[in-house]
Amino acid sequence: MFYRENGQFKSSYAADQQMLPILQDRVFMLGLLLFAFAAVPFLASDYLFLSILIPFLILTLAAIGLNLLVGYCGQISIGHAAFMAVGAYAAYNLVLRLPQLNFLVVLVLAGFIAAAAGMLFGIPSLRIKGLYLAVATLAAQFFMDWLFARVKWFTDYSPSGSVSTATIEMLGWKIDTPVRKYVFLLGVLVVFTVVAKNLVRSHIGRAWMAMRDMDVAAEVIGIRPVYAKLTAFAVSSFYVGVAGALWGFVYLGAWEPLAFNLTLSLNLLFMIIIGGMGSLLGSYFGAAFIVVLPIFLDQVPAMLGVPIPTAINSHLQSMIFGALIVFFLIVEPQGLARLWAIGKEKLRLWPFPH
Amino acid sequence: MKKNWPVLTLGAALLVGLALPLATGASAPGFYVEVLLGGLMTGVLYSLVALGFALIFKASGVFNFAQGTMVLFAALAVARLAERMPLWAAILLAMAIMVALAWLIERLVLRPLVNQEGVALLMATLGVTYFLDGFGQIVWGSDIYKIDLGIAKEPVMVLDKVFQGGILVNKEDFVSAIVAAVLVAGLVLFFQKTATGRALRAVADDHQAAQSIGIPLNRIWVIVWSVAGFVALVAGVIWGSQLGVQFSLSQVALKALPVVILGGFTSIAGAIVGGLIIGVGEKMAEVFLGPVLVKAFDLAGGGIENWFAYVLALLFLLVRPEGLFGEKYIDRV
Amino acid sequence: MKAKIVLLTAAAAAIGSTVVLAQQAKEQFFPVLSYRTGAYAPNGIPFANGYVDYLKLVNARDGGIDGVKITYEECETGYATDKGVECYERLKGKGPTGATVFQPLSTGITFALTDKSFSDHIPIITAGYGRADSVDGTVFGWNFPLGGTYWDAADMLVQHVGKKEGGLDKLKGKKIALVYHDSPYGKEPIALLELRAKMHGFELLLLPVTSPGVEQKATWLQIRQQRPDYVFLWGWGVMNSTALKEAVATGYPREKMYGVWWSGAEPDVAPVGEAAKGYNALVFLAPAGQGQIHKDIIKYVYDKGQGTGKKAEIGEVLYNRGLVSAMMGVEAVRRAHIKYGKKPLTGEQVRWGLENLAIDKAEIKKMGLEGFMLPVSTSCVNHSGEATATIETWNGSKWMVGSDHYAADQQIIKPMIRASAAKYAAEKKIIKRDCAKEAG
Repeated sequence: MFYRENGQFKSSYAADQQMLPILQDRVFMLGLLLFAFAAVPFLASDYLFLSILIPFLILTLAAIGLNLLVGYCGQISIGHAAFMAVGAYAAYNLVLRLPQLNFLVVLVLAGFIAAAAGMLFGIPSLRIKGLYLAVATLAAQFFMDWLFARVKWFTDYSPSGSVSTATIEMLGWKIDTPVRKYVFLLGVLVVFTVVAKNLVRSHIGRAWMAMRDMDVAAEVIGIRPVYAKLTAFAVSSFYVGVAGALWGFVYLGAWEPLAFNLTLSLNLLFMIIIGGMGSLLGSYFGAAFIVVLPIFLDQVPAMLGVPIPTAINSHLQSMIFGALIVFFLIVEPQGLARLWAIGKEKLRLWPFPH
Repeated sequence: MKKNWPVLTLGAALLVGLALPLATGASAPGFYVEVLLGGLMTGVLYSLVALGFALIFKASGVFNFAQGTMVLFAALAVARLAERMPLWAAILLAMAIMVALAWLIERLVLRPLVNQEGVALLMATLGVTYFLDGFGQIVWGSDIYKIDLGIAKEPVMVLDKVFQGGILVNKEDFVSAIVAAVLVAGLVLFFQKTATGRALRAVADDHQAAQSIGIPLNRIWVIVWSVAGFVALVAGVIWGSQLGVQFSLSQVALKALPVVILGGFTSIAGAIVGGLIIGVGEKMAEVFLGPVLVKAFDLAGGGIENWFAYVLALLFLLVRPEGLFGEKYIDRV
Repeated sequence: MKAKIVLLTAAAAAIGSTVVLAQQAKEQFFPVLSYRTGAYAPNGIPFANGYVDYLKLVNARDGGIDGVKITYEECETGYATDKGVECYERLKGKGPTGATVFQPLSTGITFALTDKSFSDHIPIITAGYGRADSVDGTVFGWNFPLGGTYWDAADMLVQHVGKKEGGLDKLKGKKIALVYHDSPYGKEPIALLELRAKMHGFELLLLPVTSPGVEQKATWLQIRQQRPDYVFLWGWGVMNSTALKEAVATGYPREKMYGVWWSGAEPDVAPVGEAAKGYNALVFLAPAGQGQIHKDIIKYVYDKGQGTGKKAEIGEVLYNRGLVSAMMGVEAVRRAHIKYGKKPLTGEQVRWGLENLAIDKAEIKKMGLEGFMLPVSTSCVNHSGEATATIETWNGSKWMVGSDHYAADQQIIKPMIRASAAKYAAEKKIIKRDCAKEAG
């Protein structure tokens, strides 16, 4: 009833090309942003911030990054946590060695360094593809795990190999409380989402999608595979690298190379599968799902008043998690984003479906 | 012949690398042989897991990430069942469980996902991995268990007349090598000589054509997954007897992934040869190249074998994208 | 839809019940970070069982700590840092006064929690693990590496092999290999060993093993090639038993292998059994065996069907270590009751108890822990207490505890701690505590 687009006419190209062409969507988005920026900081508890919202925001950013590569360009990477590690260690070293830099500059630089690493490991994609490529990307994972554990310079010769960060300070603004961390991350995420949204609508994004849908045809219409694939690897790694820097600095505070291991890579992959490949919105859904699900499952038995031993609970979680992935692949291969789209379609017709 | 020069160059480079420690005197000959043997033995174990990967990929086009977990699951089953019954009975019962598992996977996962692209199937097996990890630990427990094959673990010194210091070998290693060889021979016979084996190969070549001549696809898949379960069981028993049966067993399977990309996803011979190449390559690299790197770059210890296997595999892929023995249908980009 | 309603009501009920819990007074909340799953489960399970059993015992036998009942909640970390941080955030605010003390049993998690402790004011006990430099209470205000750190452990091992050689100066020209878990845990002792190597002129060989540690063939081939005089094993979980198996396979004498105190439990040697005979490990708190306390646990906990683990596993090394670790937390609360009164205490108040621990021989006997631990006394400046340990040897079926006691040479370690803590304080811009002022 309220979600109708008839009567909204576009009278300029600019209007036709805006990100959210439907008025209701714009109003909704505005409301959502207002809520996220202005209301949530006053409503949520510290636990909600530290254990759910902050990891959610950072992982969403990482999931968007991976989605650009897998969902939009069709190149699978099982080792993307490696580039998170690159971002995190790059940021650590930049802060350590150039302390006068603003943290935002550090973030961007860390992103660029991760992008360079991503391009390097993207080179095999020019020669192999599909599942071979997927397995080959594990090389990045294991190499980076090794690199940061063994080359002492990266960890500033820390005897334990673990690094820890001081509180971030930008222009006199200390990001120390959970609320400030949340607002900062939300700001970063919004900016990066807008950039990503525009990127995938631009010629680069279209080149990626052409590459994904049919590489030979894409080549025929003049898209250079080298260009398309390597930019996808670079941009994706940039996003993931920034997410990694945030993961280290804002969420963990102190970390070791194991913090960016294969499990994290797989989790990123699950996020975009469950959320929806090739959908930015899906990255949000997927990250939320993966962050919240284990925590939720962890607490279900206690909520229902049937305490089961933590070990059994954790095994059950693993089983449910696995079953859900299979379930999603079977029932809704396009993920939660597709469900959202279906809901929206239905809403258009509601309450008079005929 | 002209087209093959990258392959030849790479092969030559690797051989030179292999010979370098001996040539430069970095290693005593006896020790060199020991490392070589150690690499080969590790390689045999990688091959066993890689074999499972290759079998399933060949017949159903699924890259089965769950192979490692199947190894763990089978080993756990054997170890726990053996506490209550003789070992042979435990192995038989565990095999029955693996067949049941294969049937369930076919029913619940593969059949609904038929005709999906490879990536979706890979993801599905990741789901299976998580499920089996949890399920296995609930059913069998998450402690460390023993499988005792009754083979002596103390090493034997051989050839101490030929090489200074002699060469240490383990009976256990040789038993596993023989078992692997028998297994491969058996599988080859099974694929070449039996009707089921021929049906399996037909399915591997062309699903639709196989179906149209009356080969029941679903049953073939159950068989293939059962065979993979059997290979997992053998790998699990051998590995379990050497390392102890414990959760980490499933992670060793990650080491088999470079083997399959090196050997080609569909090739049984590739899985075996690839396993040996990776096994030898990474042990050689770790023992001889590792210390050099550590000294040169002031590293905090070597440990390069984890990624070296992948680098080796990637090098091969760059010159031969379809893997060592893989079929050439993989379109180049 | 129906399922949704059920879930929502459940969630509402859960929120409601936590509110109710928070209002109940006279309860001291102990968070339990455990790992009963994954690669390290064989070691995490007995430790967690001992830990929880002790808390249960205090409730069942004494009715709590001085009448304040203990509540606890377990959270599964899987030995992963991010999971541990989530557990910490979840549990830190529970109970009427918040979490009493955290004991993560993971050096990696300890590193992450240390940063949080400065703002959350909840002590972290890391009995026999964690950061070596956190002994310095003026910088690390909330860490308590009670009973010894890895620097202490490494130092004691060097002393032991020195003694075997007939004097530390005899170590000149010898070769010692450190086979370590490639994580903060395994890397901690390196700094001290390097220093000692320089002092005595022995060569140190560093051989990292990637987690979880089932792949050690190359490591042991290197040992076979280099033929070190001694091997120090800094492993955890399945890495230990694998190391022993590979040592057997490469023919390295087990008598020359020395494990840290986390490499000397039953799951480490049992899979190798007879072949591991001769292998040694440090033992600081809690060797294997049963004493008065175990009888109490069986009587008050297990016989009532409240036991956490299997009855047969009571008294294993890691079980006992969990027991003693829990005891330290409980005793800290008891100690703090003297100053703040017998009521639920906050983390900050418990810290006072931890900084004023004085568990002497009589006290240990009274608790029924005779033979399972050595006296511990701490202060605001020294958060660890005296570190002493003995060497145990596996005889093929049982751990035999040796008679030599070793104490780490604080002349060497103290300056290292001071330097490292000062560096940390500078990096993190931490203002040092003035212990003299706080006491006055």
